Amino acid sequence: MTGWTLEITPHRGLFHLPVREIWQYRDLLWMLVLRDLVTFYKQTVLGPIWFLLQPVLTMLIYLLVFGNIAQIPTDGLPPALFYLAGIVMWNYFADSFARSSITFVMNADIFGKVYFPRLLIPLSLVISGLLKFLIQFGLFLGLLAWYLARTDQLHPNRWILCVPALVLCIATLGFAFGLIFSALTSKYRDLNFVIQFGIELLKFATPVIYPMSLLSPRLQNVLWWNPLAPLIEAFRYAFLGEGQFRLDGLVYSGGFTVLVLTLGVILFHHVERTFMDTV
Amino acid sequence: MSNTILEVQNLSKLYRLGEVGTGTLTHDLNRWWARVRGKEDPFSVVGQANHRDQKSKSDYVWALKDVTFRVDQGEILGILGSNGAGKSTLLKLVSRITAPTTGRIRARGRIASLLEVGTGMHPEMTARENIFLNGAILGMRRHEIRRKFDEIVEYSGCQMYLETPVKRFSSGMRVRLGFAVAAFLDAEILIVDEVLAVGDAEFQKRSSEKMKELSTQQGRTILFVSHNLTSIERLCSRAIVMESGRLTQSGPPGTLIAAYLNSFGQNSSWNSSQMEADVTRPSIRSARIRHPATGILDYGEDLTIETTVFSPHGGPLALELTVRDQFGSPVIYLPSKSRFDQEFLFSPNERKLLTCTLPQLPLASGQYSIDLTLSHTGVRNYDQIRSALMFQIDRSDPMQSGGQFSQESRQGCVHLPAEFSESIPGLSL
Repeated sequence: MTGWTLEITPHRGLFHLPVREIWQYRDLLWMLVLRDLVTFYKQTVLGPIWFLLQPVLTMLIYLLVFGNIAQIPTDGLPPALFYLAGIVMWNYFADSFARSSITFVMNADIFGKVYFPRLLIPLSLVISGLLKFLIQFGLFLGLLAWYLARTDQLHPNRWILCVPALVLCIATLGFAFGLIFSALTSKYRDLNFVIQFGIELLKFATPVIYPMSLLSPRLQNVLWWNPLAPLIEAFRYAFLGEGQFRLDGLVYSGGFTVLVLTLGVILFHHVERTFMDTV
Repeated sequence: MSNTILEVQNLSKLYRLGEVGTGTLTHDLNRWWARVRGKEDPFSVVGQANHRDQKSKSDYVWALKDVTFRVDQGEILGILGSNGAGKSTLLKLVSRITAPTTGRIRARGRIASLLEVGTGMHPEMTARENIFLNGAILGMRRHEIRRKFDEIVEYSGCQMYLETPVKRFSSGMRVRLGFAVAAFLDAEILIVDEVLAVGDAEFQKRSSEKMKELSTQQGRTILFVSHNLTSIERLCSRAIVMESGRLTQSGPPGTLIAAYLNSFGQNSSWNSSQMEADVTRPSIRSARIRHPATGILDYGEDLTIETTVFSPHGGPLALELTVRDQFGSPVIYLPSKSRFDQEFLFSPNERKLLTCTLPQLPLASGQYSIDLTLSHTGVRNYDQIRSALMFQIDRSDPMQSGGQFSQESRQGCVHLPAEFSESIPGLSL
């Protein structure tokens, strides 16, 4: 018999990315993004200003602790700009990762009541994260313009054109790690603490507060294995003209991202089918 | 055959009992280490075999086994069955909340599940935003919601509060808002579970009218699960009965309900299947009818119920009893705290026997069930056992007229010694 529009069966393969279904549910995706943004600042005094205040405060602390007290060099760049570039990129990654890694745990009640493509939840977090990123990126551009007008040690170059790809890559990386860990935290709640701690540690293995050039060649060789390192260094190089721009590193990051994303989608799909049986 | 809209074929769902993950990595590592050393699993769920067949031998339980049925367009299909018969599992599979183990479900058109009203609503967002959010979660497109927005608002009766955050709404208004969104869904197949059990009488009436209208005038198909047999009988065009995961009967709701009621055994005691050591909040461990021990009594006799309650961290607890007639409608509601000002004070890890006597029951003959609820000063429900106990009024003849005052006659089931008198209007002294 023909004309069935929906078929529910036990198995749907290992890798399942419901692109068409996500497109059908795009309005929900948008509502979830809106919900995430609105509820972030409802009942706060400063409202959306928090999106700006957060990176500014972090930058000030870095200036004080790593710049003034520890006196870590910044590739000869103005420290404020150096830190902010790292913070803006890092925050987007860490935010996407940490928040999508608790997808199942946080949404168990909704998942138990109604069906929609579960991937919408982490996707909506990455999209609302993009809006936050753009606001913070605007702040960075403002500071950059201020420095450009006053000094001539900065050399923005044509690699700025590849910045959207860098941002896409770092967002996807956070999303993909989030998918993997959301599948794992659905079974092991205690991984939540590991993630929080792990992200903190990963930050120190990423050139956020220090430039790659500061490290010994041996240590550099180790750190290039971190797929975030080429992305953040390239981001700095594009806007500020200092930093280690490595094309092979970027290709590695891209490949790594695709790999992690594939694994993430597989694990996520595996868990979403039967997650409600185990809560 | 031509207008079959939903088809369920050999649907089964297997749940694994023993080896469900313990939820923490340390426990799982512990378990693995124990297995490596050949020791007993320290976290295996002892004694948590499925209720229905006492101690099952395997770790697996079929929550649903070989269920096959068809639903035609425009039908309202009622699903009957006692607790744990597989009704909820069936709904969860059809609404794609979890995946089946074997079998297949095929449908024409969209399926929307209303296992709860107002799913995903966010308290900080306004009523307007929540209508769009909730609608989208239920699978509506934004332009559909916009088109029906005025109707939804009018139906919910929230016109005045559109820009108010939902957290300022009363719970009744939230339910109303949630149902209003659901009522204007465009899905071809609606899955409704117990939604009608919430809200006031007027709301319940409106919502069942809406369901009827959706099916008869708009040709929607509805799968409906409720503990309230009256509403199933009133609303549904056909019903199926589930027992221990299998579909046992199917037919017109009237005859099915009678058969279903007869299948109920006497149930004068109840025991929790969970280990006391496992519970993290106050819970009802067991309950029984102490007098009469058979659970069968006559009109005007006393009924005494004993409940064992355990509280892991102590504090005051209140017990609530709800007596329901055989159609599932509540007849008597007895909350110990709010109506009798009686609370029970527990020390940590204490177990107490709470006794309640219902004197001189003025009830019609027939079957009644008792729900037990454990709450804290009426704010929070810690534990609720639906139909924990059953009792039967055998003979009921309040006026000793030789007849029988029965639930079946549908003329009420509570008798009062009322007084009637007569006088001439306008001349009363």
